[in-house]
Amino acid sequence: MNKSAYHMRDANGEIIEAHTLALMVDNESGVLARVIGLFSGRGYNIESLTVAEVDHEGRRSRITVVTTGTAIVIEQIKAQLGRLVPVHEVHDLTVEGPAVQRELALFKVVGSGDARIEALRLAEIFRANVVDSTLESFVFEMTGTAEKIDAFADLMRPLGLREIARTGVAALSRGV
Amino acid sequence: MRMSGAKMVVQALKDQGVEVVFGYPGGAVLPIYDELFQQNDIRHILVRHEQGAVHMAEGYARSTGKPGVVLVTSGPGATNAVTGLTDALLDSIPLVVLSGQVPTFLIGTDGFQEADTVGITRPCTKHNWLVKDTEKLAATIHEGFHVATKGRPGPVLIDIPKDIQFAEGTYVAPDAIRVPHYQPRTAPDMDAVAQLVQMIETAERPVFYTGGGVINSGPEASRLLREIADAANIPVTSTLMGLGAYPASGKGWLGMLGMHGLYEANMAMHGCDLMVSIGARFDDRVTGRLADFSPNSKKVHIDIDPSSINKIIHVDLGIVGDVGKTLAEVLRVWTERGRKVKTEALASWNRQVAEWKAVRCLTYKPSSSTIKPQYALERLEALTKDMDRYITTEVGQHQMWAAQFLGFEDPNRWMTSGGLGTMGYGLPASIGVQIAHPDALVINVAGEASWLMNMQEMGTAMQFRAPVKQFILNNERLGMVRQWQELIHGERYSHSWSESLPDFVKLAEAFGCKGIQCKDPADLDDAIMEMIRYDGPVIFDCLVEKHENCFPMIPSGKAHNEMLLGEAETQGVIETHGAALV
Ligand SMILES: Cc1ncc(C[n+]2csc(CCOP(=O)(O)OP(=O)(O)O)c2C)c(N)n1
Ligand SMILES: [Mg+2]
Repeated sequence: MNKSAYHMRDANGEIIEAHTLALMVDNESGVLARVIGLFSGRGYNIESLTVAEVDHEGRRSRITVVTTGTAIVIEQIKAQLGRLVPVHEVHDLTVEGPAVQRELALFKVVGSGDARIEALRLAEIFRANVVDSTLESFVFEMTGTAEKIDAFADLMRPLGLREIARTGVAALSRGV
Repeated sequence: MRMSGAKMVVQALKDQGVEVVFGYPGGAVLPIYDELFQQNDIRHILVRHEQGAVHMAEGYARSTGKPGVVLVTSGPGATNAVTGLTDALLDSIPLVVLSGQVPTFLIGTDGFQEADTVGITRPCTKHNWLVKDTEKLAATIHEGFHVATKGRPGPVLIDIPKDIQFAEGTYVAPDAIRVPHYQPRTAPDMDAVAQLVQMIETAERPVFYTGGGVINSGPEASRLLREIADAANIPVTSTLMGLGAYPASGKGWLGMLGMHGLYEANMAMHGCDLMVSIGARFDDRVTGRLADFSPNSKKVHIDIDPSSINKIIHVDLGIVGDVGKTLAEVLRVWTERGRKVKTEALASWNRQVAEWKAVRCLTYKPSSSTIKPQYALERLEALTKDMDRYITTEVGQHQMWAAQFLGFEDPNRWMTSGGLGTMGYGLPASIGVQIAHPDALVINVAGEASWLMNMQEMGTAMQFRAPVKQFILNNERLGMVRQWQELIHGERYSHSWSESLPDFVKLAEAFGCKGIQCKDPADLDDAIMEMIRYDGPVIFDCLVEKHENCFPMIPSGKAHNEMLLGEAETQGVIETHGAALV
């Protein structure tokens, strides 16, 4: 999640916050389109979105959305999501107490010589795994917060970062 | 019970208590039409255009409190229904629309008359379904009725591929389906109710701001509203959608509020110290400039839809609940606590309201040579108000004048397109109302331009003997557009004439109904009576003053207390910033 969003303001000077929402939804056709359509139709932001079935028998999926907006807009987004018929639960992990947030990313870094050695060294520091290598390239795999992934990407850029694939944030509240 | 999908559709409708379906056949719904043919319980009204079917169902629904049902074919049949669906979504009208679809094995191949109906209608329905298995068809239809009518009502669409209609499956009755998870909260939070009661007890300048939610909640909600407002001596205003919830003859009645609302209503909203919004949603047509909206009031919002609360206006107290249930609790708690109010403060507040009323904001310049539209509506009101009367409207100036000059004593008597402002709504809606109330007087107050948009439905009125009265205030102008062009666009009347209008009397004859034209104020009463007495549909061409503007008016971007009362005040009133608003 992008911390810097906390410092942004909208046209009226209202603070724009980033919130991580977790939705439990019926895994039926069109449910993702409904959620995305709500965001685009009403002009809300999606910073990141992940979706997968989490309860096969109950046919429930979990959608994790990171969105930004003023406090009023965030409340409105939650109320609008709650109105969708296939949405069973809406949790705002940002306000409901501490939560763990993780994202998985793959980075392809192409280079040789010092740059290549430096990339590998930094990957170790960041606890990224090498999941593919050729004589000119590495694919690193890393799991962490969105900020950590951003930071690693920034470091890799001058070292030959070619491509990046990110899953988007998955999040759970801490404790029971 | 095993049966075909098509038979299931008809059985499910019967089990849901459906008496009328508005529809139009086509290839993808032929099996359902075949089943309709072989039964007599459900009446089918054959429309002339699917948009007409949806508006008829809306009129039917709004005047009865029951969901309206529509049946259309795939592709163009479904896309023609889109405007009506959007209209029903914005005005919270319960509809169940069944559409045919190409067979499942053709979906996605650009088959003949294939459209992605659930994709197209996703943003304009409360929910929709594509049924891919006959075993699930009956349960889906029952769930459709549940979703359309529970919580904040709205339109749903069920898309049924043709092979699903032919295939056999097991029918399940409404009470045999698994309880749908969609169960919106209807009972209010009792702490919030207690807080509201306390606010009513201590308010010095309270106002009830009511909306379509009161009507949707059912007649009991209107009764409770009347009881509380009258007992507490609290003035009541209403949105366009809520007219009739509180009677026009009631002692607290302020009239409609908003852009073309009454002076007393808008001034009361601006000056109140407690605003209780009941089933209304702070539409931009109501609030005017937000920064100056009712600056000194505590605001309470009762709404069944949590997303309506704090959407536009931050309120001090939000109560999620059904209006009827909430008002019942409010009345109970307030009564238990001795029905206290600030009697003296309220008396002086009501005196203030009386002063505002004395401004007589609906005054217009009378004429003995041309029919003023306001005069036409005054006469219509005088001659019909004691009758068993239902009014629908089109969209434009005539709609606003109708809201200002007609009085409604009961809910469900006034059908208009509020949220979407759909020209072409009124004629089909009037037919839907008449089908539900065959013996009532049903009048569509229309503008000539709007009326032409769905005039083909006169054929439906004739075929099904719906004696609807089309009262057209013909100013040969897209009057509302003309008014804005005069006030905001330097009197450049770009394309706001109604050129090449038909001869409405001959048009009536062509449809086989009665046509009346009236242009002299002296003849108006007789002409209106002739319309009312005629046993059949009438097209009444009322030639009115062409350049009349609708007042009062809060120009876009202005506050409630910056209302214009008449022509003299209109020079240069709308600034560039306001002109950008619609
Ligand atoms: C389908 C549709 N198209 C355009 C508009 C924009 N519009 C609002 S009022 C109006 C003019 C309506 O003219 P008429 O029906 O003659 O009513 P009047 O204002 O003259 O009483 C128009 C074009 C609309 N509301 N609906
Ligand atoms: Mg007109």
